[in-house]
Amino acid sequence: MKSTSLKKAIATAIGLTLGGSVMAADKHSTPLNMTQGATDISHEVYDLHMAIFYVCCVIGLAVFGVMFYSIFKHRKSKGAVAAKFHHSTTVEIIWTAVPLIILISMAIPAAKTLIAMEDTSEADMTVKITGLQWKWHYEYMGEDVSFYSQLNAEHNIARQLDSGVDVSQYHWYLKDVDNELVLPVGKKIRFLHTAADVIHAWWVPALAVKKDAIPGFINENWAMINEPGVYRGKCAELCGRDHGFMPVVVRAVSQEEFDAWLIEKKGGTAEPVAVAEAAPAAEGSNTAVATAGGGGAAAEVSMESQMARGGEVYAQQCAACHQVNGQGIPPTFPAITGSAVATGPVDAHIDIIANGKPGTAMAAFKGRLSDEDIAAVITFQRNGLGNSVGDSVQASQVAGN
Amino acid sequence: MSAAADSHHDDHHHGPEKNFVKRWLYTTNHKDLGTLYLWFAFAMFFVGGLMALVIRAELFSPGLQFVDPQFFNSMTTMHAIVMIFGGVMPAFVGLANWMIPMMIGGPDMALPRLNNWSFWIMPFALAIFLSTLLMDGGGPASGWTLYAPLSLQGGDSFAFVIVSIHFMGISSVMGSINIIATILNMRAPGMTLMKMPLFVWTWLITAFLLIAVIPVFAGAVTMLLTDRYFGTSFFSAAGGGDPVMYQHIFWFFGHPEVYILILPAFGIVSQIIPTFARKPLFGYSSMVYATGSIAFLSFIVWAHHMFTVGMPLAGELFFMFATMMIAVPTGVKVFNWIATMWRGSMTFETPMLFALGFVVMFTFGGFSGLMLAMTPADIQYHDTYFVVAHFHYVLVPGAIFSIIAACYYWLPKWTGNMYDERLGKIHFWSSTFFVNLLFFPMHFVGLAGMPRRIPDYNLQFADMNMWASIGAFGFGGSQLLLLYIVIKCIKGGEKATDQVWEGAEGLEWTVASPAPYHTFETPPEIK
Amino acid sequence: MSTTTGYYVPHDAKWSIVGSVGLCIFFVGLANLVNGGGWLTMLVGMAVVIYMMFGWFGLVVRESESGLYKAQEDLSFRMSMAWFIFSEVMFFAAFFGALFYARTFSGPWLGDISSTTNTVLYPAFDYVWPNNGPGNLGGDYQKMGWFGLPLINTLLLLTSGVTCTIAHHAIKDGDRSKMVRWLLATVILGFIFVGCQAYEYYEAYHHYNLKMTTGIYGSTFFMLTGFHGFHVCMGAIMLTVVMLRGAKGHFTADNHFAFEAAAWYWHFVDVVWLGLFLFVYIL
Ligand code: HEA
Ligand code: HEA
Ligand code: HEC
Ligand code: CUA
Ligand SMILES: [Cu+2]
Repeated sequence: MKSTSLKKAIATAIGLTLGGSVMAADKHSTPLNMTQGATDISHEVYDLHMAIFYVCCVIGLAVFGVMFYSIFKHRKSKGAVAAKFHHSTTVEIIWTAVPLIILISMAIPAAKTLIAMEDTSEADMTVKITGLQWKWHYEYMGEDVSFYSQLNAEHNIARQLDSGVDVSQYHWYLKDVDNELVLPVGKKIRFLHTAADVIHAWWVPALAVKKDAIPGFINENWAMINEPGVYRGKCAELCGRDHGFMPVVVRAVSQEEFDAWLIEKKGGTAEPVAVAEAAPAAEGSNTAVATAGGGGAAAEVSMESQMARGGEVYAQQCAACHQVNGQGIPPTFPAITGSAVATGPVDAHIDIIANGKPGTAMAAFKGRLSDEDIAAVITFQRNGLGNSVGDSVQASQVAGN
Repeated sequence: MSAAADSHHDDHHHGPEKNFVKRWLYTTNHKDLGTLYLWFAFAMFFVGGLMALVIRAELFSPGLQFVDPQFFNSMTTMHAIVMIFGGVMPAFVGLANWMIPMMIGGPDMALPRLNNWSFWIMPFALAIFLSTLLMDGGGPASGWTLYAPLSLQGGDSFAFVIVSIHFMGISSVMGSINIIATILNMRAPGMTLMKMPLFVWTWLITAFLLIAVIPVFAGAVTMLLTDRYFGTSFFSAAGGGDPVMYQHIFWFFGHPEVYILILPAFGIVSQIIPTFARKPLFGYSSMVYATGSIAFLSFIVWAHHMFTVGMPLAGELFFMFATMMIAVPTGVKVFNWIATMWRGSMTFETPMLFALGFVVMFTFGGFSGLMLAMTPADIQYHDTYFVVAHFHYVLVPGAIFSIIAACYYWLPKWTGNMYDERLGKIHFWSSTFFVNLLFFPMHFVGLAGMPRRIPDYNLQFADMNMWASIGAFGFGGSQLLLLYIVIKCIKGGEKATDQVWEGAEGLEWTVASPAPYHTFETPPEIK
Repeated sequence: MSTTTGYYVPHDAKWSIVGSVGLCIFFVGLANLVNGGGWLTMLVGMAVVIYMMFGWFGLVVRESESGLYKAQEDLSFRMSMAWFIFSEVMFFAAFFGALFYARTFSGPWLGDISSTTNTVLYPAFDYVWPNNGPGNLGGDYQKMGWFGLPLINTLLLLTSGVTCTIAHHAIKDGDRSKMVRWLLATVILGFIFVGCQAYEYYEAYHHYNLKMTTGIYGSTFFMLTGFHGFHVCMGAIMLTVVMLRGAKGHFTADNHFAFEAAAWYWHFVDVVWLGLFLFVYIL
């Protein structure tokens, strides 16, 4: 498989390059240059980028022009005889002063843009963005809406080392998520960035927004999007193993659509989890719900359905660290297979998943997953992945924790 | 290598030790130690290069082909640390060892035993560092910057990484102290500071930078160690610390560090260009002052690596302005080199080719550096391949090219034989072609939005990455040619004259080729 | 003597290989230790390093006493020592930098009502120095005041600086036995300092609940004072060696580099303490 996909990749790449038609990923991402983006600020940044680029081109042409002239004319093989001069105060002053002036004239507009970028006052709405290994959590402040957003599940399968999937079939490979961040156009949106474990950075090129998410601190930023559209970005700070698989997708819509979406989202979160599960897979049955808890009635759920559901939850939520096969990445991420916790007393097992383990990457999943999902994934861990404890855990047991 | 017998003196006076182990393990001779440093650096360049090839192989096409993402990250991390601390720095120290005593007319380094120790620490330190790859949890994988708190997530190997950095640091600081003492105290009578060759000047300033910032790095990693193992909370908000504090301390070291990697290169190029232009260096004193200004500025620009961490606005503005200022003294240097060539009588032997390649491609990397200095734009560039392109332009066709140029330039003096000029030229052209194929496309994918430190990417970036990977293998392959050329030159070849190059000036060209084991035991006269 | 100019270039350096091996064992041992391994490897490494020091310094002392070193060599040594001390200054600078940063930046960001971090994440947290962070890490603790032991320690070190200078004048006047006496006083003061420091740590841990784990206050307190205390020990050992050499009849009025090196080091340690006293204890 490897060699064929390699060959295919080579063929595509050569074809594309020779054809000169390099594929543009979306209208806001040019193949070879910075995007102009969809905000006033991003346009300003683009203009600055081009300005300094042209300045460098001109200086480069001048400097190398002189150099190559001299290389061609003043060569010994052409009979050039070396002159003897070795300094000249005048030219030295000139070539100190001229770059200085150029730099100052570049620094002024740059400073202006920077000051505008940092002005987060008078925002219309605020979204708090938390980076976690390896997903994002979005919270619409004051709206009671919050959810997680992570790599599209299909891509997540395709990107595994020995997946055998040809990734070139996905146009948005590694640039698509389950839950998009929906934002209204024409509004000044303030972002609050923070992180739960290590440093991440929330970056959407088309918004010219890139800010580190520092655990324990809040960073501020803002954007006012001019046109509706889908804007794609990535985590831009190395955050561990799956740093490369932490995309950001922003969907900018009109204010009316946004309001409608918000209402739907609020309604959606109030529904029993069982209903949410019927939603399309891409919505993610198990992402969500800070406000859950009013969830399904505590009927006994059969072992098979526990295992099936638990397997899904595991693949979505846990496999990033503990690996699909349960082997983990010791010593940082322990194996689940044969783990003393996962094969020991059930209470300790529930505890670590519900409440996490402070100071490690193992986060508290209570509130992030429904009790049913937690019960299912615990059951799955105890009876799958090479473990066979034999018991099945019910949501009611989790609820007490 | 050089086994010339000393003619003029007493019994005690000997050439190199005959016993191999004693000769190389116990030697205090600056030339032997220079040779050891250079070979060691060459080996580490290959090790770091092989790691880069793992990276480039994985990035050849989209999808994960060969390695686990965790291993990929540790390749990125170790590649950088091996190249910087094992490759470029020891190579420059090796050149300093070989050339500085000869250039200033001194009998040896000021502290020959310490010199031996500084070298012999390196293999042990790098051995500890590389051995972490075999440990549980693998090598360090948090980038060469070792940012907390990510770096604290590693396995047991973390402690080994930290101690190996301390160990390398001890070597660098001792080596730098030795170089400063040598330059300030071992010059022949009449060799005033403002008569010293520029390579010596740049090393004087580099050594100062090293002594000033390596201990700061040591402090930073010590705090990482205590945060991880002793429950301190320097870098954790829960205890009132701040992860960003690590970055400030790290970059207070890290930025001067990148000039440590380039100032000696400036020195080398300032030696080579006048030789092959047959014309004295233009603006000698402004070169010295420019080097000093760059060193000074390097202490007040560190936070340009941190424009996205959420610094207060005033800080961002200050660091933007200060960073842009560095273009001025660096520009002075570039202009001086070009003025040196102007109306010279140039020839283009391999060292000159590499020096010219340096001037063009370093400036290129400097330009992208200047673009990065503009904070609003850097917010888009930061942590993308545009940054990777920038620093490889200043490091590979910058620092590495200057080291290669220096080797060709001084090889005849070291070995007494001329290297194979035709192969040298081939080496230059293939290196230059491939290095651009390797790093130029990175600008494009970076601007188009490809983050750095990722093992896999969207199809959108496929073609450019493919070219870069081809370039990497081509560039790596070209360096095998360098190895061959060097060995061939040591083995034999056309005998070199004492002056070697028609336009060469300076004390090192007044002694025999190969340089006798001991030079300038009687200080030379300097007019 | 190997050079006609007279600069002494020694011809072999086997001690440095021993040093490298020793340091390597030491560092591997240290890494093992913090990972929960035993002390043995590290101690073996330390022993090798100490053996190397005896061998190497012994050699240098013999060379010095046999008159191989003249003004130029002496100057090399002086420069090296000066630059080495500079490197130590920068090492301390990193830790002082951490203290200043935490106090002027991260503290207020976390605990000042005007910062978004505070209002969003830690509305209940208030920042004053000393501080152990919003997590109240390590639990309630007591600040280490400057009055009492720290003040006594300050006086001890300042006095030892004076006695050290008296010893210096003594050797410059060629009065070796006076030098030894005053050095002895210096060294004793130094070790009393270390004793007081140890007692202070004991107090901190057992009565103040002030530990390394006490948030940023505990971290900076123990890092700075601990690293300084380590340097006091080193300095005191250096002075002890010089004293013993003096007792054996080494050094003359114009050849006593080792003395001066140790004395510089001692003054450096002294100055750092004043910085600590001011920034860690008083302010
Ligand atoms: C040898 C090493 C070296 C050198 C010499 C430089 C030189 C410069 N670097 Fe670079 N840099 C690195 C190595 C180096 N850098 C590394 C390793 C990183 C990444 C670290 C990491 O994150 O892992 C980095 C990252 C880096 C960043 C952070 C990017 C980011 O992460 O977002 C920035 C931002 O300002 C920057 C700027 C500069 C500037 C302004 C110079 C200037 O010194 C360049 C000056 C030179 C010129 C400008 C050209 C010549 C001048 C003229 C011909 C005169 C006329 C010109 C004008 C007036 C335009 N560098
Ligand atoms: C002096 C420093 C230096 C040098 C010389 C190099 C040299 C090279 N670097 Fe590196 N690099 C860095 C310093 C350096 N780099 C730093 C600081 C980083 C940032 C790390 C971080 O993000 O933390 C980095 C990161 C970095 C990345 C980004 C990784 C990532 O973000 O995930 C890449 C990717 O292509 C790369 C590639 C290369 C290549 C192909 C070379 C080539 O020039 C190497 C050429 C050499 C060889 C190939 C070896 C010699 C040849 C052989 C052994 C023979 C066998 C080979 C063949 C037959 C083909 N480097
Ligand atoms: C971001 C990484 C990450 C994710 C995602 C994650 N874990 Fe963990 N998990 C950890 C870490 C780290 C530990 C080790 C904590 C420690 O040091 O004891 C751990 C420990 C555990 C343990 C105890 C294992 C043992 O032997 O000590 C269990 C059980 C567990 N996790 C279950 C889960 C489940 C179930 C999920 C998904 C719902 C999950 N984890 C998701 C990182 C993660
Ligand atoms: Cu999150 Cu990178
Ligand atoms: Cu920098």
